[in-house]
Amino acid sequence: MVDNIVKIEHDRVTNTVSTDYPGFHNDGQDYSWNLETFKSKFDIKISYLNERVANFDLVNIDTSVANAFRRIMISEVPAVAAEQIYIFNNTSVIQDEVLAHRIGLIPLKVDPDLLDWVDTNIDEKDRATDANTIVMTLDVTCSRNPNAPKGSTDPNELYKNSNVYARDLKFEPQGSQMDKLKTPVVSADPDILIAKLRPGQEISLRAHCILGIGADHAKFSPVSTASYRLLPTIDITESITGQDAREFQKMFSTGVIDINSSGEAYVKDARRDTVSREVLRHEKFNGKVKLGRKRDHFIFNVESTGAMSPEEIFFKSVRILRNKADYLKECPIGN
Amino acid sequence: MVSRKRSSSNSGPGSLPNKHHNHRHDSNSAANDDSFNELLKPIYKGKSLADEVNTAEDKWNLLPAFLKVKGLVKQHLDSFNYFVDVDLKKILKANEKVLSDVDPDFYVKYLDIRVGQKSSSKTKDPILPPHECRLRDLTYSAPIYVDVEYTRGRKIIMHRDLEIGKMPIMLRSNKCILDGASDSIMAELNECPLDPGGYFIVNGTEKVILVQEQLSKNRIIVEADEKKGIVQASVTSSTHERKSKTYVVTKNDKIYLKHNSISEEVPIVLVLKAAGITSDLEIMQLVCGDDATYQDLFVVNFEEVAKMGIFTQQQALEYLGSKVKTMRRYKLTTLQEGIEAVATTIIAHLTVDNLDFKEKALYMAMMARRVVMAMHNPKMVDDRDYVGNKRLELAGQLMSLLFEDLFKKFNTDFKANIDKILRKPNRATEFNPLLSINIHSNNITSGLNRAISTGNWSLKRFKMERAGVTHVLSRLSYISALGMMTRISSQFEKSRKVSGPRALQPSQFGMLCTSDTPEGEACGLVKNLALMTHITTDDEEDPIRKLCFLIGVENISLIDSANLHSAYGVYLNGTIIGTTRFPTKFVSQFRSLRRTGKVSEFISIYTNLHQKAVHIATDGGRICRPLIIVSQGESKVKSHHLLQLKQGKLQFDDFLKQGLVEYLDVNEENDCFIALYESDLSINITHLEIEPFTVLGAVAGLIPYPHHNQSPRNTYQCAMGKQAIGAIAYNQFQRIDTLLYLMVYPQQPMVKTKTIELIDYDKLPAGQNATVAVMSYSGYDIEDALVLNKASIDRGFGRCQVLRKNTTILKRYPNHTKDIVAGMRVNENNEPIFQHQSLGPDGLGEVGTRVESGQVYVNKCVPANASDSIMDQAAATTEHRETPVTYRAPEPSYIDQVMMSVGDNDQALIKVLLRQTRRPELGDKFSSRHGQKGVCGIIVQQEDLPFNDDGVCPDIIMNPHGFPSRMTVGKMIELISGKAGVLNGSLEYGTCFGGSKLEDMSKILVDKGFNYSGKDMLYSGITGECLQAYIFFGPIYYQKLKHMVLDKMHARSRGPRAVLTRQPTEGRSRDGGLRLGEMERDCVIAYGASQLLLERLMLSSDAFEVDVCNECGLMGYNGWCTSCKSAEFVVKMTIPYAAKLLFQELLSMNIAPRLKLGDVF
Repeated sequence: MVDNIVKIEHDRVTNTVSTDYPGFHNDGQDYSWNLETFKSKFDIKISYLNERVANFDLVNIDTSVANAFRRIMISEVPAVAAEQIYIFNNTSVIQDEVLAHRIGLIPLKVDPDLLDWVDTNIDEKDRATDANTIVMTLDVTCSRNPNAPKGSTDPNELYKNSNVYARDLKFEPQGSQMDKLKTPVVSADPDILIAKLRPGQEISLRAHCILGIGADHAKFSPVSTASYRLLPTIDITESITGQDAREFQKMFSTGVIDINSSGEAYVKDARRDTVSREVLRHEKFNGKVKLGRKRDHFIFNVESTGAMSPEEIFFKSVRILRNKADYLKECPIGN
Repeated sequence: MVSRKRSSSNSGPGSLPNKHHNHRHDSNSAANDDSFNELLKPIYKGKSLADEVNTAEDKWNLLPAFLKVKGLVKQHLDSFNYFVDVDLKKILKANEKVLSDVDPDFYVKYLDIRVGQKSSSKTKDPILPPHECRLRDLTYSAPIYVDVEYTRGRKIIMHRDLEIGKMPIMLRSNKCILDGASDSIMAELNECPLDPGGYFIVNGTEKVILVQEQLSKNRIIVEADEKKGIVQASVTSSTHERKSKTYVVTKNDKIYLKHNSISEEVPIVLVLKAAGITSDLEIMQLVCGDDATYQDLFVVNFEEVAKMGIFTQQQALEYLGSKVKTMRRYKLTTLQEGIEAVATTIIAHLTVDNLDFKEKALYMAMMARRVVMAMHNPKMVDDRDYVGNKRLELAGQLMSLLFEDLFKKFNTDFKANIDKILRKPNRATEFNPLLSINIHSNNITSGLNRAISTGNWSLKRFKMERAGVTHVLSRLSYISALGMMTRISSQFEKSRKVSGPRALQPSQFGMLCTSDTPEGEACGLVKNLALMTHITTDDEEDPIRKLCFLIGVENISLIDSANLHSAYGVYLNGTIIGTTRFPTKFVSQFRSLRRTGKVSEFISIYTNLHQKAVHIATDGGRICRPLIIVSQGESKVKSHHLLQLKQGKLQFDDFLKQGLVEYLDVNEENDCFIALYESDLSINITHLEIEPFTVLGAVAGLIPYPHHNQSPRNTYQCAMGKQAIGAIAYNQFQRIDTLLYLMVYPQQPMVKTKTIELIDYDKLPAGQNATVAVMSYSGYDIEDALVLNKASIDRGFGRCQVLRKNTTILKRYPNHTKDIVAGMRVNENNEPIFQHQSLGPDGLGEVGTRVESGQVYVNKCVPANASDSIMDQAAATTEHRETPVTYRAPEPSYIDQVMMSVGDNDQALIKVLLRQTRRPELGDKFSSRHGQKGVCGIIVQQEDLPFNDDGVCPDIIMNPHGFPSRMTVGKMIELISGKAGVLNGSLEYGTCFGGSKLEDMSKILVDKGFNYSGKDMLYSGITGECLQAYIFFGPIYYQKLKHMVLDKMHARSRGPRAVLTRQPTEGRSRDGGLRLGEMERDCVIAYGASQLLLERLMLSSDAFEVDVCNECGLMGYNGWCTSCKSAEFVVKMTIPYAAKLLFQELLSMNIAPRLKLGDVF
């Protein structure tokens, strides 16, 4: 029998490596990977989903695959970000390079599938086309507000355009882009502060946004974080009652442990536990509880930057992994 | 690309209000104390104004109140203010008349002197603002005005506001236009409101006069050399006129007086007789009192003098006179010489009126007594390193020495000039001396400027020749500038291997920072002031003397010699003024007068039981610090006082006036019993510390939990905090410095200290809060190397800017030609050539453009015939040669600012500021605030890094091997406090001897669902599995240090060679070769790779083919041996050019090295 519980001990973690492969166990069972058994056992449970965050469980899947999804979501799912900034005028206090860096990090709401990859083999002058480049412009001039209330010291009242936000980036459709993209390109978060200006200062620039991957630069990563945690398990081996039970309850996150009518503590919802291991510190509960995490139950948390919905990012990661597998299968070196 | 170009001719660069200023208070708040007001009503540890005030915890509020009054560099400002307001007038008084040798009726008399203010006006003269001086390479100075009275014919005329020169002004002193300026005025003047001031601007560079530490003047120091059996008492007398040192020493158990201008040691009894104490009994009474052991020790001294047959004062004076070394123009008799010696040479700081030597005799007798005491009990010696025996010399004192010297020279020149004119027999007009006064005014101005800008203080009067008095203010970071203002340099020689002066003295407690000192040769010699210190300025002696007599001190001139030592002596600045029979009563009476403000709060009084003496000190340069007064075991500062302080009804000075708090200097501290905490109070306690963390200085105050660290680590951090890149000042983008490092996104630390808030480090920080995982990863983290997260770097972690200045001066030449800036050159397509791509039509680099190596950013041209004479008018019709300023560096830069202005001598001044923005790379140096530095060893993709349950990846991975040997427990606590702060949404404190408690922090961690120890379970980013160990994980404040690979990387294949030896040049700046040194050579020899050796040491270095004559062994030329006159035995061979050079040099000194060649195989 495969022990798929990672043991959380006082000072270490044991049994972290999966063992369900042929040749490890000697119990006569067949541990070779089988699509049918995988299909029958594998499960996805979605616990939370909105346009920015997805929280779902992948159950009965190997660590390597789950981790591959995580890695691909962070670094290989393509996204669009500003790559070249052409500055016409910048009289703000913020330097050109810093301004360009800030604009580059602004997430843009573009479906990356509608854009082609930029071919680096083409000469730099002819590289950008309407198929692979989105042009955004930023033209802001700060001026005094003639209608500012007397005695005001608030720069927002005194000046116009004193704050430059991501929403001030304006989409400039090139060629047939308006038909292809349907909606104008905007920043996923319109309230990102780019710069602060004072009367007389001006920013005028044009940004070329292209497709890229997170491995190249973090600005191309479609997720702010994509990660998983293993499902916690709590095993009460000796009954805990009375005052001890109430103390025991406090050792865990709220809602994890409940006390039944007979005053005995029982595990209500281990999923909510953050595994602070507080219970292991106390002599009193020594040997009464075993903490663990299920090695093949991954609770994924994907937070999108806003360009795509989180589920789409996950789907893309699956697609990319499949393409990689296909490539390896067809790989001339392997054959 | 469009440029923004900044030009400044007379007005400063017109700029807009900086964004930093806007969220600060506005102009209606009176002074620059906006930031302190915030501190005075803090909600510290969740406490607000309405809460109950606990004296034990809230007395620390006195510290911001102190700093509000004093500021961090108040010692410099006080000293300079004292100099310009008081000392200048004293100097003028001492040199007030200029007389003429020619006309006895003529005189010029100085009446008053002022700096930067005319007698008629109530306000200061408008002077050029400091920032403009920085930009235009000018000196920030104000005119020195004098009022004079002089004779013209029979009339006496008074003239006001005569300018005699210009005085460099210390920034933020009371003569500075920034004095009392509000934040908005500071912003208008392009000044940073957080800049502490205390430095000068001379020729555009900021110069600091470091505080100098010296042994105190005019005090007796007793020392013993036990090996040689010598005891000596010495006193350095310092007056306005001269400096001299008098010793009273033992030699074969007899006591002598020694002085530099007396050729040999003179028996002390003889000197005392010369000073008018002729009776042996009286001498014995003065020196020994009625102590029999002292008398036995001293009695031998009478014998020698008796043998010499000297019994009267006259005999003694004549003897003394014969021993005096003098250089006088006219001869005196030996008696006169003797009188002169006693009156002026010996112990020169005591003045003698009407040849009454009594005071001096007493002083020498006291010195002799101290020697006798030390002979009797070797423990009765003084400690040179004791802080109470030290005096600090500040900018004002040094400036006053310099000014007096210059003023005297000015007067002699002025006098010489007057004499010259008056000597003329018949003058057409009546003589007006003011016409000639202006001629010399430049001497004072340039003399002051030169001394400050070079740091050479050479004063002929004292034969003082001190170099390195001033330093360029380091603007590497805000902390480095601040650290420089609190620095104290010692006069000790660095190279000497002594431990005494370098050691940490117990008396430094609370006065000098215990951690902040450099490593290496200056260790312990360069010190820093602690946070809450004050350095005194000179105070008047006479009122104190009178006061002493009023409260029961018996005047020394009325005391019978026999009773001198039966009571306690009262010493004023080292000189005995009287005795008191009730020292305790006297001291407490005096102290109560000081506490009620009848006497200046900086005068110290203390009892020395060993010497049976009460010492009163009024002199300047003593370090002192405020302490809370305790009476009857109860702190005088009560909670209602602190409440009033918080409400702003009381100021720090009110606490002084009400006698709640007083200043104690080191000597008086020794006389007190000081409790550290309020819980320690008992009936014996006299004082209470205001706050224990003030033992540290400003720089060491940045370290969180320093009391948990091994002490050298704190010292290392003090050195490194000064190299950290961060924000420098609010006006950092207006500055054009030679080299400026700025961080793009600096953050205030998660774990602050109270010191950080007090010195505004949270407003001008130098570092970022990095999430650190303490684990080993990839092997690229050994030897303190760090692993950096690439995504963090992409997002701006550790990003910094390097700004470099280039100054170009357009010169004018005597033949009316001048340098010009030519325009850009274009190619056939009318595009600018590569070298001129960043130039504008005016020949200056356009702001915002990129310059690459080889490109020009100032296209300067010099006239081809600048040396021709003016006569060749034809030649003057300009022909110019291009001498462009070319950019040479591996990485391109951007032009940040271009300034064109007119400098001091009407020459055009062009300053170009070049900017580079750098992201961290392999080999860049980082450090935490615990003396733990490391270089970046590898940059790792985010997905490869470990992550926790929340998906958080570390920014930095640090190897755990950094902890056991360094024992920086403070760093671990910083991590836990920081993590708790992040989870809790609060900034935590790591203040020394206080701060957030580890237990509380762990509690927060547990409450937020984390492990109490700060260790998290992480997943490997590579395999996705759980790591088998729990990883210590959380935020630590990391500083990026100025040492970056880009500035150091260097390699070369072929390149320049030195002319003399033809070997490759040395050093990166000269594109030099990388030396295969002796040790490497040894390795190659040991390995046996002889061909490699040959290649490295000769072929790739300085191989040279010579013709050697195998007959005579000398080198020939062109296949011909010049000494043998034949070509027969000439052989060609290759040797290092350096070897050939050696042979020739040997030949030139008549040694003939001969080469004997033979076959190898």
